[in-house]
Amino acid sequence: MAAHLRFRDLTLGYDRHPAVHHLTGEVEEGAMLAVVGPNGAGKSTLFKGIVGLVAPLSGTIDRDLSVRDIAYLPQAIEIDRSFPINVYDLVAMGLWRRIGAFGAIGKTEREWIHGAIAAVGLTGFERRPIAGLSGGQLQRVLFARLLLQDSRLIVLDEPFNAIDERTVTDLIALVRRWHSERRTVLAALHDMNLVRRHFSQTLLMAREPIAWGETGFVLTPENLMKARRMCEAFEEAAAECAVAAE
Amino acid sequence: MAIYDLLVSPFAEFEFMRRALVGVVGLALGAAPVGVLLMLRRMSLIGDAMAHAILPGAAIGYVVAGLSLFAMTSGGLIAGLLVALVAGGIARATELKEDASLAALFLVSLALGVVIVSVRGNSVDLLHFLFGNVLALDNATLVLIAVVATVSLLVLALIWRPLVVESVDAGFLRSVSRSGGPAHISFLALVALNLVGGFQALGTLLAVGIMILPAVISRFWSRDLTAMTVSAVGAGIISAYCGLLVSYHAGLPAGPAIILFAGMVYGASVLFGRFGGLLRGWGARRHLEA
Repeated sequence: MAAHLRFRDLTLGYDRHPAVHHLTGEVEEGAMLAVVGPNGAGKSTLFKGIVGLVAPLSGTIDRDLSVRDIAYLPQAIEIDRSFPINVYDLVAMGLWRRIGAFGAIGKTEREWIHGAIAAVGLTGFERRPIAGLSGGQLQRVLFARLLLQDSRLIVLDEPFNAIDERTVTDLIALVRRWHSERRTVLAALHDMNLVRRHFSQTLLMAREPIAWGETGFVLTPENLMKARRMCEAFEEAAAECAVAAE
Repeated sequence: MAIYDLLVSPFAEFEFMRRALVGVVGLALGAAPVGVLLMLRRMSLIGDAMAHAILPGAAIGYVVAGLSLFAMTSGGLIAGLLVALVAGGIARATELKEDASLAALFLVSLALGVVIVSVRGNSVDLLHFLFGNVLALDNATLVLIAVVATVSLLVLALIWRPLVVESVDAGFLRSVSRSGGPAHISFLALVALNLVGGFQALGTLLAVGIMILPAVISRFWSRDLTAMTVSAVGAGIISAYCGLLVSYHAGLPAGPAIILFAGMVYGASVLFGRFGGLLRGWGARRHLEA
């Protein structure tokens, strides 16, 4: 089977300060990969690299689809929740690849939008402004938008942080549905129980990959401890590698 | 007939009043929607900085070509865009936050503009530059305002979707499209264009008022972008009409009267606005206590 994503000695960062070091590996089509690691481990940076928002400092990422075709869920804090837009319009953004800046939303598209809103359990919320939603409701809205993006590769940056349990259960069900449809799902997660229960593959990182493979073999106490120690010492490591990269 | 005398006859009798009304209504049509997006994109200060930056540009046009509408307009437009781009550049290149570099830039532009005008003109010219002369709009200026409003609405229609998506979720737009950058630049150009359009009527200092005040008023009356845009235009038009009436009956300078009236509507909205009005919230709490 062809590799969907391939990293070759990938280093990513901002202003020449690397946040992800020397990552090599492949994500296969249809994989369900959890990316775990302490805060500041470079998970978000890796995802931004995958969707093309951060360019590699060195190494390469090969994708067998255009970055514009990846469905990417950034962390919810990046959304301006005070903006006067309602649930329906925010979900409709998921059709961008299809309708672009000028395309009309016709009958078919309207049905899709209502379908996606129903799939996340928010029927009846269409006209609500996003300012009035709870964190869990907003995350449901964003998942509805992902549904409309209809992508083969879905990248979720901490999708379940500070979200109520009921919402996590419902949204995990959507993620499992994507998996059964042979879509590739990458998710940055903090809840190890969730990872063990639902994700067959795990990448544990702390600025550089600690372990990558079957979840059971990756999430050992030794590996987790190592990740935590490496993240605490990252300042020196970053300086070191910046010199090495030049 | 008293009501007719009060509300209609100033405009029926005097052509300069009709011209002023048409001019400011035209300005509100273009500037208020631009102002709404400016506010929602948290760029109100950029509007201010560009308005000030227009002064030295227009003043250079004036020094070169005298009171030529074309020279002053193009000078102002170039200077306004330049400041927007330079401020963005400084903020990216240095640690200074964008608003701090903007504050620095607009003070310098204001001082520079006043100096340039004084080199050639007198204090009457200077007042005209700073506060405009809404009661002396000639045909060329009215045409300019009409062109600005038309171009603004057409361009806004073109860049509306990327602008809105970028304002809500910039990361999402970047991940699906490259239209964010061009849309942003076109939007900045629209801001400059509207300020230049308002320059003859309201001057560099007040032109931004007809852009920002209706926008902040609309925030208190709607939670839906379309309704907000429409109510901002409405607030602009009402302020133009009422401000001109007040200035006529009370003998106040017309430009400031328009902006002051908009300011009063803003004050009333702060107190009684449907969304976030102070007294409304107070009433609701009292209701719950009862």
